[in-house]
Parts: sequence; C-alpha cells; structure tokens
Amino acid sequence: MSARERELRGSTAVVGVAESMLGEVGPGISSLDLIGQATVAALDDAGLKKSDIDGLFTHSAFFNLPTVTTAEYLGIRPRYTDSTAIGGSSFVADLRHATAAINAGMCDVALITYGSTQRSSSGGLMTSGQVLTKSYESPFKPINPGSGYALAAARHMHEFGTTREQLAEVAVAARKWAQLNPVAFMHDDLTIDDVLNSRMVSTPLTVRDCCLVTDGGGAVIVTSAERAKSLKKAPTYILGAGEAHWNMHISQMPDLTETCATESSKNAYEVSGMKPSDIDVVEVYDAFTINTLLFLEDLGFVKKGESGAFVEGGRIAPGGELAVNTNGGGLSYCHPGMYGIFTIIEAVRQIRGEAGARQVDDVHVGMAHGNGGSLSTQCTAIFGDESTL
Amino acid sequence: MPSAVLNVADFTDEIHPEPVYQALLDKGVLAYQRCDVSNDVFFPPRWLCPVCGSDTYTWERSAGEGTVYSATTLSPRNKEPYVVGLIDVDEGFRLMSNVVGLPVEDVTIGMRVSVQFKDVEDRGAIPQFVKVDA
Repeated sequence: MSARERELRGSTAVVGVAESMLGEVGPGISSLDLIGQATVAALDDAGLKKSDIDGLFTHSAFFNLPTVTTAEYLGIRPRYTDSTAIGGSSFVADLRHATAAINAGMCDVALITYGSTQRSSSGGLMTSGQVLTKSYESPFKPINPGSGYALAAARHMHEFGTTREQLAEVAVAARKWAQLNPVAFMHDDLTIDDVLNSRMVSTPLTVRDCCLVTDGGGAVIVTSAERAKSLKKAPTYILGAGEAHWNMHISQMPDLTETCATESSKNAYEVSGMKPSDIDVVEVYDAFTINTLLFLEDLGFVKKGESGAFVEGGRIAPGGELAVNTNGGGLSYCHPGMYGIFTIIEAVRQIRGEAGARQVDDVHVGMAHGNGGSLSTQCTAIFGDESTL
Repeated sequence: MPSAVLNVADFTDEIHPEPVYQALLDKGVLAYQRCDVSNDVFFPPRWLCPVCGSDTYTWERSAGEGTVYSATTLSPRNKEPYVVGLIDVDEGFRLMSNVVGLPVEDVTIGMRVSVQFKDVEDRGAIPQFVKVDA
C-alpha cells in the first residue's frame, strides 16, 4: 500500500443504493431497463438528479462498450468512465477506482451500476465476451464456472478435512437470511440433507451449493465525503479497498485453497486501519458454498483450513457469531450473472440500519467482497459510518 | 537420464508456441517450455517467460507422469460420467485434463497418473491421464 492511498481513507462515501426488480422479470424488460430502474431509485435514495452524474462505472455480458451503451440509454454524457471487466467483482473494484477519480477531480458523482436478465433471457449462464483465444481447459469439458469451484472444494476437503455437510451449512445459513429478506428469490426451508441430496452438478457441489440464476440490477452512487454531508442520507464512508488477480484459469491458480482475497483484503485493512474483528457485517460473493469458506479464511476471519468447522451450528446464520451475507447472498437472494454490486448495497443498508427484519444490531463497519472468474479476481471494500472517521 | 530437450524441427515445421505444442501432441509428445534465462518451466504455451519476461526458451519433452492435484466428477444427463482433474506433471507444471480408464469414484487426489493421447475432431490430440499401477 502506498502512503498516498492511506490519505484517501474516508474521502469518498456511498450516498445512494438501490436494487431494480429482481428474480424473474419476464419478457419485455431489458438489462438496460433494470439499470434504469435501479438508477432512478438510487438517485432518489441520495437526493441527487440524473444530471449530477458525471462518472459512470459499469460492466455487462449483455452489450458491448458497457459504459457507452449505458450512458446513451440513461441520457448522460459522463466526463469519466470505467468499464473494468474483471467479472463479478468489477463493481467492488469500481468503488476504489471511483475514489481515485473523485480525488483527482476527474468526476464528482459516480454511478456504479449493473443489470442482467439472465434468467428471463436464457435460463442459463452467460459469460462475458467472445473467447477467441485457444483454451487449454475446454477440451476436457469442465462446466464453467462450476467445475473450477468444485476442484477448489475437493482440494479444500482433501487438505483440511472439510466436509460436504460443512459446505451445506453455508447454503443453509444463506437461506435463513433470505427468509428474512422479502425480495430474496428463495424462501423455502432448506436443510443440510436437502443440499446433500440435491442434483450433483460437479462433485462435491450439488445444485444447492451453486448460486441462483436470476434477473436483477443495482446502482450505487459515490461522491466526495464533503458533498455527501449535504445529501439525503447519512454517508456511508469508503474507508479502504483493495483488488487483486493472480490467475484467470483455475488450472493456473497456484494453490486452490488460497485466493488472492488475502492480497485484496490486506490493502483494504491497511488503508482503512481496520482488522477483521472490527467488521460488523461481511457480505461476500457466494457464487458457490466453497467461496464463503475460502473468503472467511482469506479475509482473515478464521485461520486457513478452519472455516468448515467455523460455520457449523449456524455460526454465520441469523443470530450467529458472525453476520455473513445478510441478504441471503447469491445462493438464496439474487444472482444475475454478476453479483458483486449487491454485496455493496447490503453492506450500506446494514450500516444505515435499513435492513428491516434482517438488520444486525449496532453495525458501524461493513465489508463487501467481490469475486470474479474462477476464483480469479478478488476485490474488498470496507465501509463505515461517521463514528469510524 | 536422457535430456528432455526437444529438437522441434525433428517433429514439425511449426515455429510458434501454440502450433508447436499441438504438433508435438499430435506426434504423441507432451511438451512444455523452459526459459533459457531463468530456467523456469511454464505452461500453457506462450511467447515469453511469465516469471522473468525473457522470450528465449527451449521445448522439453515430459515423461508424462504426474499426480492428481484435484478432481471433480461430472455426470451429464444420459451420458457417461467423467472426471475433470488438475494434474501436477513431474517436470513442474500443472494442466487440466481428464482421468480415464477407471471408475470415476476411484479417482483420488494424490493418485499417480501417466499420459495418453486422444484425438479430438477439429483440434487434434489432447493429453489424458490414466492411473499408474503401483
């Protein structure tokens, strides 16, 4: 970390957050329409007008030149744009990029947004961009991205004795949180046995170890701490962030049991001056149950290899020791292809005290952690309310 | 032990990394690159050493033996189940492949395997791995 980045602590704040319609929006509503819905709602949340937006940050698998397409649709002419394309973690990285741009005077009000009709459009998984380079993995017919995560889960089980039941605990905890979230996609009861006995996708992961395929969009508005003070809601300050990627392909990942969330979180902790025990709510990108286990370790909440035992007995479920994925996560709330922006929205709502039945008591510090590719890209952001400045 | 260094011209007229690798696979050779400067082994094929950045390297022939680093079984509807594995090849590189020739439930992490080659339409030969009997 550079000393200069440390000076950016708390220099920017999230001032508006919103989701679009979620779940299955049906035909006739496009991914851009969901961006439009979320943007209108986030501007209202912030007390800002569309004409205030002069920085645009987005990524999409639905259209090319993502910021250009989005700006045309919204009717804005941003003076700063960023189409960071590192998968589902892009939106968490955007927080750090927006902080840099705002501090450099290159924009004042940054809109970070995403929309996807993955469920209504295809019912299947979509990937970003055409792959015209030769693959050294595809001839062996892995399911992407599921098999990469399955390989990581299998290795974690081999090295640390992690069990399928412990993986299932992650899905069960997510479901219990989702049952407290009225807009979550899944509300039915879910047991460990249900997870274990579901259709096997790629051993050891069943369909209930895997994220949902839903529609959905979100918007996050970031501005300077100074401007944030005069807006509608109490600012949620960006205290620090970090980003890392070490590999694209799972076969190139040096150690399947350690992600570069170790590196992204190290920067976020150093800039923010926070440590894991300071974090009141943890919102991680749970594309698969193994993600949550790996990230609890790599973000420093438990030691390497101990996450399986840690999540037993509902320790990350409502009322547990550590509040993780309080919206129900990608496993039970919403997963429209790329989930990262929703980790930000939930962390901000928890810090504001706006999370309704799922609100965790006395939240001052929250973490959003995004993941992209096959455990490839990791981005961590730490937020705090005014008491943390 | 014989040198692993390959004289590529003995096998193919190709000179660029991707086609050389494929041409060697098609002749039943699993090859990898070794940097002439840093001595690091690298895979998959590319123009420069990902460790030191040098663009001078030598092709070497793998003995084709390795260890299963991780494995997952896929069971598509109405098709035979199969194993996708990551193989740590003894010369010091890892690749994705299939582990074949035994029941999927018998494939284990840490198992010793050796290469064989399978022709795939529109691609050419690909490396697959079978269990090495102890």
